[in-house]
Amino acid sequence: MSKSYFDETHCAIGHPKSTFMQWMLTVDHKRIGIMYAAVMFTFFFVAVATAVLMRFELFAPGQQFIDGDTFNQAFTLHGVIMIFLFVIPGIPAIFGNIVMPLMIGAKDVSFPRLNWFTFWLYILGAAIAVSSLWVGDGFADTGWTFYAPYSLNTGTNVIQTLVAAFILGMASILTGLNFLVTIHRLRAPGMTFFKMPLFVWGIYATAWIQLLATPVVGITLVLAILEKYFGIGIFDPAKGGDPVLFEHLFWIYSHPAVYLMILPAFGIMSEIIPTFSRKEIFGYRTIALSSASIAGIGYLVWGHHLYTSGMADIAKTVFSFLTFFVAVPTGIKFYDWVATMYQGKIVLSAPMIWALGTMITFAIGGLTGVTITMIGVDIHLQDTYYSVAHFHYAILGGVVFLLFAGMHYWFPLVTGRMYNEKHAKIAFYLNFVGFNLLWFPMFIAGYYGMPRRYFDYLPEFQIYHQLSFYGALIFASGLIMMFWVFYKGWTKGEKATPNPWNATTLEWHLPTSPPPLENHTKVPYVDFNPYEYHHGEPVVKFDYETMRRID
Amino acid sequence: MAHAYVPEIATDREGNEHEVQGWQDDFYGGKLGFWLFMLTEVMMFGGMFLALAYYNTLHAQDYIEASASLNRLLGGTNTVILLVSALTMGLGLLKMRAGDVKGAKLMIWATIILATAFLVIKGFEWRAEYNHGVFLGLPAMQPGNEGSLPFGKILFFGMYFTMTGLHGLHIIIGIGLMIWLLKRINSEKVTPDHHILYWNIALYWDIVHLIWVFVFPYYYMIGGGDIVGGVAHGH
Repeated sequence: MSKSYFDETHCAIGHPKSTFMQWMLTVDHKRIGIMYAAVMFTFFFVAVATAVLMRFELFAPGQQFIDGDTFNQAFTLHGVIMIFLFVIPGIPAIFGNIVMPLMIGAKDVSFPRLNWFTFWLYILGAAIAVSSLWVGDGFADTGWTFYAPYSLNTGTNVIQTLVAAFILGMASILTGLNFLVTIHRLRAPGMTFFKMPLFVWGIYATAWIQLLATPVVGITLVLAILEKYFGIGIFDPAKGGDPVLFEHLFWIYSHPAVYLMILPAFGIMSEIIPTFSRKEIFGYRTIALSSASIAGIGYLVWGHHLYTSGMADIAKTVFSFLTFFVAVPTGIKFYDWVATMYQGKIVLSAPMIWALGTMITFAIGGLTGVTITMIGVDIHLQDTYYSVAHFHYAILGGVVFLLFAGMHYWFPLVTGRMYNEKHAKIAFYLNFVGFNLLWFPMFIAGYYGMPRRYFDYLPEFQIYHQLSFYGALIFASGLIMMFWVFYKGWTKGEKATPNPWNATTLEWHLPTSPPPLENHTKVPYVDFNPYEYHHGEPVVKFDYETMRRID
Repeated sequence: MAHAYVPEIATDREGNEHEVQGWQDDFYGGKLGFWLFMLTEVMMFGGMFLALAYYNTLHAQDYIEASASLNRLLGGTNTVILLVSALTMGLGLLKMRAGDVKGAKLMIWATIILATAFLVIKGFEWRAEYNHGVFLGLPAMQPGNEGSLPFGKILFFGMYFTMTGLHGLHIIIGIGLMIWLLKRINSEKVTPDHHILYWNIALYWDIVHLIWVFVFPYYYMIGGGDIVGGVAHGH
């Protein structure tokens, strides 16, 4: 029995004997990815629990379980954890680490020690964010957007949370930097940019956003400290400053951040669709380039968060136009995926039904986003449940669903075992039904004027909140079931072969499952496209001893 | 190095051999990574310049007066010092590449001395400003006190201390990096054949002086006043 990456590892410092220290000090990209996943899903469930708490409070009008101030802190905690600790770092840190080097035939990322350091930087940032729960007046109550001047006048720990966001941002920058250099330098010989799997393209576009947008959050923190501790009235109009500047600086980072979330998720979709359609992907280049153009255009649309904050009409019009424009490459991807499935031999395995479900939920999330791009509509729907439903359909029903799809897809690769397919599908349907029941009523409630972030509401909205509540229960049980399926699969599942899905990309051409410490036996020469199928069978075959083609 | 890194060979179907680039010993990868990191510095200072320029439009008169009160003689001297230090840094790198290790070390020492001189002069400037009651946290720098400066001047000086302070922090980090570099050269970890660390520290130093080249005119030169300025107290 050959050794896998679970049996041996390289460490950043020394060669510790204990298994625990080997995990703490590991520089192996696969192990680091697993550790990210473990920490992130812990936080994910904390944030889910806060969300369920809010749903309980909103079951009926009036105060039930928590007061208004606690409610404010609850949705801030939910938002900060979900955005900064889970969704932004999520797919790059987990699958960018585990799968991306395998896909390009590299032994590790370009700077393995930096990767290890980055993981601990992330842990430090997370610890600072969480510790602010128990310091002073408790967790921030501003919402995850920290809008000035309220955020600088409230007694809660806003600055501490911003420091945490800064450190998490540093971790994000260093991850992006590492991946950019890896993708530029460590591709296997023969693999040009247009022979890379599309997930790598997604990670590549994301890495540029991480690198270029995140420093702006750093600056916003510096300016906020100036205001908070030295009384320089940067964002306070009473002191000569301008709160709208905060909104601009915040969204210059945070709007590209949503593309940073979705691009690697689209990459996962682009892996799953051809594999389970047993067909070469339709429009490879358009998908690759649309990732790049989403990253580029996504930089120029932040102003659509400020339609109601005071901005020149001409600026609003330009931002509105640019926001429509960013939907075009996204649409191209959708049509490409559908065209890939056309006349394919579709296999409805668990990863594929997650991907197909996401096409529905993300289409709703994306198209409702286009409606609030229109200035007039947005002024009606700004800060209502409509926008809440929109971004949960896009981020939860897009990014997180595709993260789950990826977890089903790469599970046998990472663990060397297979989960129970039937149970995984049941979990999917629970999630899918629960998700839609949870969020869809909010579109209607929002349209009728239910404002977001309120802990109380008029009786006429009760029906929507109660539907959402039942949806939340179904959704939560679906999530629990899904993780139970993973747990069972990892501990008791059948042993998986290195390529259980008949996939074509390089991460499925490893000698063993789970993979050995230094990945492929030898680095292959890549003279083929990533998704070559002929009559539903993969074209490229390797001898796994020599990694030379034998087809 | 204990084990010299031997790159792997990938063979294509025709039997041609292709050298594989590993993460070990990747000179261009190391440089690319550091260039990208410098890009984040540009974005960070860029964001501050954006805020600075925006408040300039809101409080134009205050900005001009506040700028006039800065000491252009000391600031200008520092600009020259920093430019010369960039020259010594670059010359040192050239010497290292040409195999002249001793000359390279001399140039690094020269850069360290110039960087220290920059910090000392900056310290005198800050002290003079502090003595005039203009410093982060002092009463005149907060609105609503007796003798408070006008909003625009508070914003100007607030940004001034933040940006020059952040820049000074980069200088201090740079000095630390150069001392570390000297240690690595002495222990022959950095040699004429293997000097990626030197490249990247030189690149870092370039960005540090480049930022100053933008900081200096925006703070010191937008207002007309005496060359030695004096601080915002209206005489």
